[in-house]
Amino acid sequence: MSTILELRNLGKTYQSAGKTLSVLQGINFSISAGSTNAIVGPSGSGKTTLLGICAGLDRPTTGEVILKDRSLNHLSEDQLAQVRNQYVGFVFQNFQLMASLTALENVMVPLELRGDRSAKTRSMELLDRVGLRDRYHHYPVQLSGGEQQRVAMARAFSNQPSILFADEPTGNLDAETSDWIVQLLFGLNRELGTTLILVTHNLELAAQTQRIIKVKGGVII
Amino acid sequence: MKGRWLFLMAWRDSRRNRSRLFLFMASIVCGIAALVAIYSFGYDLKRSVDEQAATLVGADLSVNSGRPVNKTERAFLDSLGMDRSREERFGSMVLFPRTGGTRLVQIRALSGAFPYYGRLETTPASADQSFRKGGRTALVDNALMLQFNARPGDSIKVGEVTFLIAGALNQAPGQTGISSSVAPIVYIPLSYMAETGLSQKGSRIEYAYYYKFPAGTDVEKQVKGIEPRLEKDDLRYETVEMRKENTGRFFGDLTNFLSLVGFIALLLGCIGVASAIHIYIKEKTATIAIMRCLGVTARKAFMIYLIEVVAIGLVGAIIGSALGSGVQVLLPMVLKDFLPFAISTRISGRAVAQGLCLGGVISVVFGLLPLLSIRKIPPLFALRSSYEQQARTGDPLKWLVYALMLLFIGGFAYLQLGRWMPTIFFTLGVIGAFLILAGVARGLMAFVRIIIRPSWSYLLRQGFTNLYRPNNQTVILMVAIGLSTALISILFFTQGILVKQLGLAGSNNQANMILFDIQSSQEKSVDSLTLKEGLPILERVPVITVRINSINGKTAEEAEQDTIAPRATAGAEAPPHSADASPRSADAQSRRPAGADMTPPRAQRRAFNEELRVTYRSVLSTSEKITAGKWTGQAGSAGEPVPVSLEDGYARHIGVHVGDRISFNVQGTDIPAVVGSLRKVEWGRMQTNFRILFPAGVLEDAPQFHVLLTHTPNTEAAVRYQQAVVRRFPNVSIIDLGLILAILDQLLEKINEVIHFMAAFSVVTGFIVLIASVRNSKYQRIQESVLLRTLGAVRRQVFAISALEYLFLGVLAALTGLLLALAGSWLLARYLFKLPFTVDWVSATGLFLVVSLLTMLIGLLNSRGILNKPTLEILRTEV
Repeated sequence: MSTILELRNLGKTYQSAGKTLSVLQGINFSISAGSTNAIVGPSGSGKTTLLGICAGLDRPTTGEVILKDRSLNHLSEDQLAQVRNQYVGFVFQNFQLMASLTALENVMVPLELRGDRSAKTRSMELLDRVGLRDRYHHYPVQLSGGEQQRVAMARAFSNQPSILFADEPTGNLDAETSDWIVQLLFGLNRELGTTLILVTHNLELAAQTQRIIKVKGGVII
Repeated sequence: MKGRWLFLMAWRDSRRNRSRLFLFMASIVCGIAALVAIYSFGYDLKRSVDEQAATLVGADLSVNSGRPVNKTERAFLDSLGMDRSREERFGSMVLFPRTGGTRLVQIRALSGAFPYYGRLETTPASADQSFRKGGRTALVDNALMLQFNARPGDSIKVGEVTFLIAGALNQAPGQTGISSSVAPIVYIPLSYMAETGLSQKGSRIEYAYYYKFPAGTDVEKQVKGIEPRLEKDDLRYETVEMRKENTGRFFGDLTNFLSLVGFIALLLGCIGVASAIHIYIKEKTATIAIMRCLGVTARKAFMIYLIEVVAIGLVGAIIGSALGSGVQVLLPMVLKDFLPFAISTRISGRAVAQGLCLGGVISVVFGLLPLLSIRKIPPLFALRSSYEQQARTGDPLKWLVYALMLLFIGGFAYLQLGRWMPTIFFTLGVIGAFLILAGVARGLMAFVRIIIRPSWSYLLRQGFTNLYRPNNQTVILMVAIGLSTALISILFFTQGILVKQLGLAGSNNQANMILFDIQSSQEKSVDSLTLKEGLPILERVPVITVRINSINGKTAEEAEQDTIAPRATAGAEAPPHSADASPRSADAQSRRPAGADMTPPRAQRRAFNEELRVTYRSVLSTSEKITAGKWTGQAGSAGEPVPVSLEDGYARHIGVHVGDRISFNVQGTDIPAVVGSLRKVEWGRMQTNFRILFPAGVLEDAPQFHVLLTHTPNTEAAVRYQQAVVRRFPNVSIIDLGLILAILDQLLEKINEVIHFMAAFSVVTGFIVLIASVRNSKYQRIQESVLLRTLGAVRRQVFAISALEYLFLGVLAALTGLLLALAGSWLLARYLFKLPFTVDWVSATGLFLVVSLLTMLIGLLNSRGILNKPTLEILRTEV
């Protein structure tokens, strides 16, 4: 399988309250296209930071991130935005839907950004797929947590991403809803061949992936 | 597609925030409304002036002189125009025999068909015709008729002649409601002028000649041709075009001033908008971060919200323009007493367009600063809401935005004022006021932080600390409310200072009645009558009418031809209108192009042609102080030049200095003089003051009239005294200062009404900004109150914390505004009015309490929904 994501000697430090915090050090790994992966670790281990850098949401202090054979280090913010729109999908712990947009509109945004004229049709199909046929025109505040997360997933897959990052996708959901979401996640992964990278505390969820990357104290163990 | 998508996203994003966005809009609605109303009114005024200027003059050409014309001049004047009228105009006492009422009025002795445009509006309407038929009839100002309960058919005595009142005069050319109060008009036929006995040597009569030219005549061209002759004979003239220009300029200045007041309201609204957008963007940070995650570039995210802000601004401008177009009909009513003509109001497309443009521009200029922060919102924020942003270097674009704001304020001010220096002062003043308010607000908040004690009750401490919680809008609110308070307070305080001064002017020891035109032969009798009425003679002053023959040996013609005479000091102004100058110097000012300085040759030519009123004494008065040279109270021996003292402003105006020689013509006798000293005169004092003062021992035997100042203790005594004087001495004019003060009081009230009307826009804006800010912070308050209630606080306690927070806010805002108002009033009293600074502490306290309590009330009204519902219900609705 080809490599879709590679991290080379990656490190990240922050300045906080006048002190330098080293959050990640010497991270090296690569991810195969179409694989499912989990990043696990205790709270404060740097896994969310790692996820952010992998997704092009943040820049490493040292080292290099290569996504789809393209180094992210020297891209401008606009170029990174384009990369995200083309290749990356996100599912967040807090759903992160745009409160002013309906469920349908939330899903349409990535497609509209690409200028996709069939954005509406495609989005409706995706919402149907996640079981929200009757909720196209509802606002996030009118949806339950599980429904919001389904909308978020429909949005994440709308641009047919090459790689999907999920940060604690079931963190705010009950067990039954979580199972449903997980099945949907892995199902879409199988169907569309999207590489999946999960950040999770849930070892059972992590065990369902093909590879577990353990992070502790900012290093991979 | 890309541009369309941006608009689509802006629309979508605004859908769930309409009520909040409406409040943004409301912040600028009042300011836009004020400006559109004023612009529309200005265009209405201009149109009315253009349409009615002819009726303001009443003729194609009017020529005026302060002295009787000689035969040659008369022949020249009689050769102009197709139809001619003559008028002699002067101040004199009148007596209503039926009621015994007397009053100083403006007599207009008229012959001819004037006015040729418009008419003398009378009640009954036929009274004008009756008056023109000839006979001993008069038209009397309606205000005067009402004051003395006179009716058509009653008599009115002018000088030695009793006239029958043909009717009440409602409107004469160029007359306003104010002018009618100050100087009511009485028309009498010119043929009876001599019989009245009021035309005597030294009388201040204005001689007016009115002309109608044949239809189609280019009057301006005609006048251009005769201008040199008119100027040579020192005859003032006015055409319809000149009146249009002068009236237009005056009202242009008025609307510019009102625009600046309206602009203050708009700037207040801009502050509110900037603050509200700042909070709005902060709350949209998560949404923007998500968009960035999905691939929206920083520029696109910025554009989406810029579109929202501009759209809000335009909607606000549309509403403001509509409101302004409606309000414009009120302005003529508010200003009616100052307008010499009726105004028809029309919706002005141009004013509406200006309002829309302004709304768009200010929403961009003042929204840009918070919008710029969108570019810096990282997509990582979606992942980590606790993300602590790395310290950023300053955003250079921020300074560009500040520069834009400055340019906007300065540009707008320049459009109104038309000159750089006042523009700079206004711009710096506005920015200074905002900065001072913000600085004082911050200072007070810092002070509050210091004085809080742990021993205070929790409710009190929480109320205080809420003022400086993160994301608080305390400074913005204090600036908005503080500025509104400051504006209203300055008006109150300034009015108080002026009214107090008027009160002092009418106080026991000051003169409140002035008699003038007392002839030398009447002096003793008038003194005796005054004393018989039990009234004191506070001052008796001889007044002699003189002219200047030459200055430093140069006559008028020589001075005019002198092209190498040094220029006057830049900014030298004509001195204030004083007892000694003929009235026309004030009129002459209006003929000069705005902003022009008089050079000495021209000023000296005026000095030669002007009739001057001078006096003589051996001592200086208490309102005079020598600033140069030496005062000589007694003339030297015969043959020596008389050492005269000139008021320093007048000396600068005509370009003379200590040591210069002036030759005076005193009723046909030449008197050589030398400028012995210059004086500074306090013109504001309630006593006679003169530009030229002779020493004793020179003019005692010159033809003169006298001025007498006295004090009447009450209205009855004043009326009785005036009646007695007018019956025995009909040529003597009386100024009742009590009446003048009452009129001035009315005038101040009317001016205040206008300014209050404009200031109201600022006040309303101030409170809209308050409401908007309270609404904007509602979510934060909800969270706090829910947390408090979850922890066990009862509703009363949560209510008390909110009440205290808003009360403190109101108290601090009111205090900030009052401090600024006190400082502003002191500056105005000291440097503009030159009056003692006093404070009406009762009004100040009242304002303080009203603002504080109103702020608390508004805050609580907006928060009441949070307290009455179950906690979970609030969370479900609002989150």
